[in-house]
Amino acid sequence: MIQLVALVPLFPLIGFLINGFFGKKISKSLAGLIATLAVAASFVVSLLIFFELEHAEVKSHVVTIFSWFNSDTLKIPFEFVVDPLSSWFLLIITGIGSLIHLYSTGYMHDDEGFARFFTYLNLFVFFMLLLVLGNNYLIMFVGWEGVGLCSYLLIGFWFKNTEYNNAAKKAFIMNRIGDLGFLLGIILIFITFGSISYNQVFPIASGANGTTVTAIALLLFIGAMGKSAQLPLYTWLPDAMAGPTPVSALIHAATMVTAGIYMIVRSNIFYSMSEIASEFVAVIGVITALFAAVIGLFQNDIKKVLAYSTVSQLGLMFLGLGVGAYSSSVFHVTTHAFFKALLFLGAGSVIHAMGGEQDMRKMGGLSKHLKITYATMAIATLAISGFPGLSGFFSKDEILAHTYEHSPVLWFVGQVASMLTAFYMFRLLFLTFFGSFRGTHEQEHHLHESPSSMTIPLIVLAVLSLVGGVLGLPEFWGMTNWMHHHLDVLILHKNPSTMPHDTEWMLMGIAVASALATIYVAYVIYRQKHIVPLPEGEKMPTLQRIIYHKFYVDEIYDALVRKPLDAMSAAFKFIDTKFIDAVVNGVGDAVNGGSGLVRKLQTGHIGFYIFAMVIGIISILFFVFN
Amino acid sequence: MLNGIPINYYIMLSAILFIIGVVGVMARRNAIIIFMCIELMLNAVNLLLVSFSTLHNDASGQVFVFFIMAVAAAEVAVGLAILSMVYRHLKTVDIDLLNRLKN
Amino acid sequence: MLGLTITQWLFGILSLMAIMFALMVVFTRNPVNSVLYLVLTFFCIAGHYLLLNAQFLAVVHIVVYAGAIMVLFLFIIMLMNLNPDTEPRKHIMTRLIAGVIGGVLLFVFVGALKGAEQLQLTQSGASQIGLIKNLGHVLFTEYLFPFEITSVLLLAALVGAIMIGKKDTNINVSRNS
Repeated sequence: MIQLVALVPLFPLIGFLINGFFGKKISKSLAGLIATLAVAASFVVSLLIFFELEHAEVKSHVVTIFSWFNSDTLKIPFEFVVDPLSSWFLLIITGIGSLIHLYSTGYMHDDEGFARFFTYLNLFVFFMLLLVLGNNYLIMFVGWEGVGLCSYLLIGFWFKNTEYNNAAKKAFIMNRIGDLGFLLGIILIFITFGSISYNQVFPIASGANGTTVTAIALLLFIGAMGKSAQLPLYTWLPDAMAGPTPVSALIHAATMVTAGIYMIVRSNIFYSMSEIASEFVAVIGVITALFAAVIGLFQNDIKKVLAYSTVSQLGLMFLGLGVGAYSSSVFHVTTHAFFKALLFLGAGSVIHAMGGEQDMRKMGGLSKHLKITYATMAIATLAISGFPGLSGFFSKDEILAHTYEHSPVLWFVGQVASMLTAFYMFRLLFLTFFGSFRGTHEQEHHLHESPSSMTIPLIVLAVLSLVGGVLGLPEFWGMTNWMHHHLDVLILHKNPSTMPHDTEWMLMGIAVASALATIYVAYVIYRQKHIVPLPEGEKMPTLQRIIYHKFYVDEIYDALVRKPLDAMSAAFKFIDTKFIDAVVNGVGDAVNGGSGLVRKLQTGHIGFYIFAMVIGIISILFFVFN
Repeated sequence: MLNGIPINYYIMLSAILFIIGVVGVMARRNAIIIFMCIELMLNAVNLLLVSFSTLHNDASGQVFVFFIMAVAAAEVAVGLAILSMVYRHLKTVDIDLLNRLKN
Repeated sequence: MLGLTITQWLFGILSLMAIMFALMVVFTRNPVNSVLYLVLTFFCIAGHYLLLNAQFLAVVHIVVYAGAIMVLFLFIIMLMNLNPDTEPRKHIMTRLIAGVIGGVLLFVFVGALKGAEQLQLTQSGASQIGLIKNLGHVLFTEYLFPFEITSVLLLAALVGAIMIGKKDTNINVSRNS
């Protein structure tokens, strides 16, 4: 089965082609069925591959599809790599992907671009699989760019709305900035090692110059910053909520944004070798985690809250990567994929019921009407908040424990960020599902539970969020951390934990206590005191206002980047029109005028031409013989 | 048959005939006369070729004249056909009126 | 006779006649007369060929030029019914300038020849290169290929002349001048 790994990306590609070419001709249900089945088939193949790999002796397989580039020193085969890391990501992508496809058949049912939506979704899954499966950085880059493209297409899916289009462009441009860094990193790898295939580069990586490795690691991380929405390139992700909600769930929570994590885990050798780079990753990660969590505190758009939560959780994952806890980060990617997809899909269900309303101030008391959505969302909220026993608890705790070992300061900041996470997630839950309904009468009348095609994925994801923790049970409990062992072969520089067990118990205790305390605070504020965020335009306290406006980061970028660019382009426009155009037009005018003069010679009279010719001959003879 | 004439005389004769042809081409408007002047120029060159052939005692020059005659015959045939065609359409062979080259 | 050999006399007379007839070709108003003067010029040139021991060429010259080409000219002129009254004339200035330019050209030629050494054509009666036998030998050995190509050229000219000259009905050339 491993040799047939090409089937995994092939199914979504076929789905993409069918829906792309014939989407308008076939019925909606057929288009949805094809797309969903394509991804589900990939999932089945991925499962088979995964289990085969589990029992295989050799853990890393390279499957050559064809020879891609073959010139002098540049030989790039189109190869897929099947190892514990890529097979695990395959499962996440195709598994969550098929659930979200199923969900979309219900969610997008009334949309006129139904087939187009599934075309993009399938294409996205294809590129994401390419990104994960490629055995060299170039294939990863192709996938990397491909998911960026699909992200653009899907964010701007409702392209008739200018604001959505702008959000799509923003996502694309922000990603491009990161992509440049990634590309430079790839080029530097090629220059340094003469190859970009993983199985050729990594074994010789330890022999490379330290500075070069740091440069490579930092350049790759710039790429990860863009794709995984880290400071300072994170601003596209909250805006990306313009896309349909399943897109937010699939791309901006579960899969695409984890591409940066995947890439760094894949290149872990560079980060293990470079102290500076990994330190940088950790610091950026923890700052992002805190920063986004703070912004998330006062957002009123249900999807914006989740978006900032995603940024914050990604920050935590990068913190884990920075401190060398690669398997913990992958573990958190997994659990986060479960509960964040669930949260987004639940939010989608809420929005669906509310008839497109996304403002939490207009919701409330929905638990009565949306029972399944409520139950599953509650599980997801508990999981992301780190409630003991749920998936998020284990993964977050593992990252924070590793961080503590590395640096207590980073641990503290990370812990604060995760407390804030618990707070705003429960704020979201209380505002949405508890209290009394605050929307219009018409909306209240319209409230309904979503169709089963939408609730089934919710239930599946809820179960996964509940039990996902078993993938990485803490070792100091005397359990086997399966995830840790699974990825062991890939982590080339290992730093086994030497922390005493009582410290780990203490950290876990602190995490649990702080989570519970924060949940209680949120309960008091939003449940007992029934505080509802102020409507738009009312005066807020200064700090709250700053946070509500996302620290004015967009405005700062506007002032720092866009305004100077505008001014510069205005200046260049002036130079262009007044000087360069003048020169260019001048040349044209001169030629035109000159030709007007010369043209008079072209009388069309043969006699005149003969005269000219004879005079020419005379001159030639004259000059030749004198 | 001793020929005691310096080669320069032949060259001068050819040059004069050639120049008469050139002047004819420039001074006349009738396309047929111009054509004839061109023939005259060709013959001037032929004469030069033959005299040099005799000077160097080499048959190549005369062979060349032979070829030039063949080419001239072909040229005259095609050229006169064209001229007769022009005349048929425009009722004139006046080159000053044939100024369609301008546009 | 003035210390000149008979050959030199012949050369002088033939040259003068050739130049005179050539001038008449250019300056006669009647195109038919022009053709006849050109024929006379060609006869003079044929005489020069004989002087130069190129008997074959002299014969061919008369046959091809005087006999065929000039007849063709005459034929066309008569076909077009050109006569002195309709003969277009260039402006006097133009003709003057043409003459001046011709003079300048001659001047340049003379200037170019000034330094050339005076070579006598010293070839004797023994020279046989102008005879048919000799010329034919060269033509069919050394220049066989160009000779055959010439036949193709003549064929092409034949076909081309017929193609151009035949009365076409479907091509409409606008008649502005």
